[in-house]
Amino acid sequence: MLNTLKNRFEQGYRTSTYPKKTVELAPRYRGRPQVHKNAPSDLVVKCAAACPQDAIDIDRKLINMGRCVFCGTCERISEGRFISFTRDFEYSVAEKDHLLTDGEIPSLADHARQHFKKLFGRSLQLRQVSAAGCNACEADLNVLATPFFDLARFGINFVASPRHSDGIVVTGPISRNMKTALLQTYEAVPDPKVVIAVGSCSISGGPFRGSPEITEGLDSLLPVDLYIPGCPSHPLTNLHALLKFFK
Amino acid sequence: MDTDFLEISNGQALSREQIPHLTFDDFQKNAMKIVWGGGKIVQYFGYADNSIVKLMAVLRTDKLLVAGCDAPNEYPSLSNKCELFQLFEREIAEQFGIVPKYHPWLKMVRYHPNSQGKKDVFGNDYTKDIPGNYPYYSVEGNEIHEVAVGPVHAGVIEPGHFRFNCIGERVLHLEIQLGYQHRGIEDLILKAAPKRLPIIIEGIAGDTTVANGVSFAQAVEALASIQTDQGSHIIRTIGLELERIANHVGDLGALSGDVAFLPPANYCGRMRGDFLNMSLLICGNRLGKGLVRPGGVRFSIDDEISRELMRRINEIEPQVEHVIDLLFSTPSVRARFEDCGKVSTSDADHLGLVGPAGRACGLPYDARRTFATEYYPSIDIPENAKTTGDVFARAKMRAEEILQSISIIKSLLKDTIETNCVDSEVFNLPSSSFVVTVNEAWRGELSHCIITDTEGKILRYKIKDPSFHNWNGLAMSLRNTGISDFPLNNKSYNLSYCGYDL
Ligand code: SF4
Ligand code: SF4
Repeated sequence: MLNTLKNRFEQGYRTSTYPKKTVELAPRYRGRPQVHKNAPSDLVVKCAAACPQDAIDIDRKLINMGRCVFCGTCERISEGRFISFTRDFEYSVAEKDHLLTDGEIPSLADHARQHFKKLFGRSLQLRQVSAAGCNACEADLNVLATPFFDLARFGINFVASPRHSDGIVVTGPISRNMKTALLQTYEAVPDPKVVIAVGSCSISGGPFRGSPEITEGLDSLLPVDLYIPGCPSHPLTNLHALLKFFK
Repeated sequence: MDTDFLEISNGQALSREQIPHLTFDDFQKNAMKIVWGGGKIVQYFGYADNSIVKLMAVLRTDKLLVAGCDAPNEYPSLSNKCELFQLFEREIAEQFGIVPKYHPWLKMVRYHPNSQGKKDVFGNDYTKDIPGNYPYYSVEGNEIHEVAVGPVHAGVIEPGHFRFNCIGERVLHLEIQLGYQHRGIEDLILKAAPKRLPIIIEGIAGDTTVANGVSFAQAVEALASIQTDQGSHIIRTIGLELERIANHVGDLGALSGDVAFLPPANYCGRMRGDFLNMSLLICGNRLGKGLVRPGGVRFSIDDEISRELMRRINEIEPQVEHVIDLLFSTPSVRARFEDCGKVSTSDADHLGLVGPAGRACGLPYDARRTFATEYYPSIDIPENAKTTGDVFARAKMRAEEILQSISIIKSLLKDTIETNCVDSEVFNLPSSSFVVTVNEAWRGELSHCIITDTEGKILRYKIKDPSFHNWNGLAMSLRNTGISDFPLNNKSYNLSYCGYDL
């Protein structure tokens, strides 16, 4: 007993002050990309050629956050002159078009579906479906339940049964072998329901684009309401998206 | 031991001519001789070379041994003589349509058609929805009942199917069927642009990002004769150990949660985050994505970061020690951990368990000691081995490794680390070459193997996650165990679905 109490004191109070206060992530963290439109074209071409995800639109000088894995190669090659990564983790979007960006991201709150706010603003129960994710996206959703992020304080929970949930959160590039299970889980969620795509994989196939075993984009199977880019997205990115979209 | 296999070292590039190409008969006789003498299988796989299917095996004693042969269309299964082959034979059957006749339980591994357009060995039609659609092993009797779980589980975890045959609460047999996570990684690597490879590799299993990155990088470096500096070895070693700690800490918390002792569950959940944030500090990603590339590392640990890491580790070390002490000194925890899900040393040896799961059963093998790479040759890794093979031993093993890893990182941070960072350099691989790398990922032995063709293109990329060896350990743990102890046992192993499914 004494030991339990001693540990309790040592551990202290750890819950994050976000969203009341802003938090700074480590200097090397790569959050919202910023495109510098005045970069010379040859530099843009060079970045696009090196980008492992072919996420750079050369003509329009835009970056496709749905494909990007935030590896930072473009930033290095251009020494930040074409693309630089900010430490801003609040970059999720509600419309697919917004994924293709120059870094100015429309406010998520303005594009959130208002009826969802009314329905789920106070209580949101989500069913997570891992559809061939590498488990990093899953892990960074899972940690929202730890004391640091403490998702439950906002009335949001991950639940065990789709029957008890208001929507699904999908990670992974939806393998051929998981497609049916995913669609069945979606069917089992009572209407009206929300679909959230987390990670480059579920948005575009991510690193596994081009494999016949996967699906390139959840939106080809289900209507997606919220896109959370990343590889994986930082837990705070997930938290921000959920709060702004539903609260 | 005198065999026709060639002795090689870890991460040694060979030209393919150097590898003994035996007749299948000699190949299997020699392989059996090695495994009967206590050898284990590191890799055993098929590959198609100008439409001829060949086999390649890398075995280990305290050395690595390699040989290959042409694959017969069918042959009497080796699994009947040695259990270690069973899953490898099934994988070869699935990938290349080679039939191991009289295999004791020939079923698919990942539910996909073979690459040779041959008739499916399992009689599946892959245009139909196949997963889970297969006659599971079943026990018959009046009071027997089956419990089916998955692929979609109750928690935020990956998919897989578990079929329990029980009498009352007692599990007689657990059959695990995976494959839901199959993304076709090995085939994708063959056709993807080289610039994509590091990203694909880091997506094999997110919780093993660094170990996979290192295994890939070492293979490419060996083949392309790329030199790496000492600093990059140190940083990779730190990355590997941080990965080990974060996963072990998280799992101890999950184990504690499963026996309803919530304080350590919460503390460990939070502390795991602190270790992930150390990776974030080094490379900007909590899982270590983007840290390792062929040629070295993409991020340095300069004095400022080094000091900050040291500060954080010094701060968290006593907390970790105290929570571990709390966990293992709580009688209700010990009562649930001890004697639960036992695997005997002999069973573990027959199954070929690796990593902490194997060490918990008294198999001391640790690739950091036996086939040391990176900075491990200069580090004294203690010989870890428990013998009880229960949840307690697996948990305790992990707890001890956490503390050892913390002290390894501290010792590595003592001196200034100098390295020339690399990015995504283009590399050209030599023609007709072979390399295998072995590393101790947090779950155990991880191995990558590359074979190139006459033009230096990758002909075969083979990945073996430690979970490939260990899933049957979990099934074995469940024998005669109460079904309610499944979650506890499952977390004591915490095996990889995606690493296995590829
Ligand atoms: S950060 Fe994104 S856009 Fe830039 S190179 Fe990497 S994947 Fe491409
Ligand atoms: S997006 Fe990246 S982190 Fe997420 S599942 Fe895919 S590979 Fe893993």
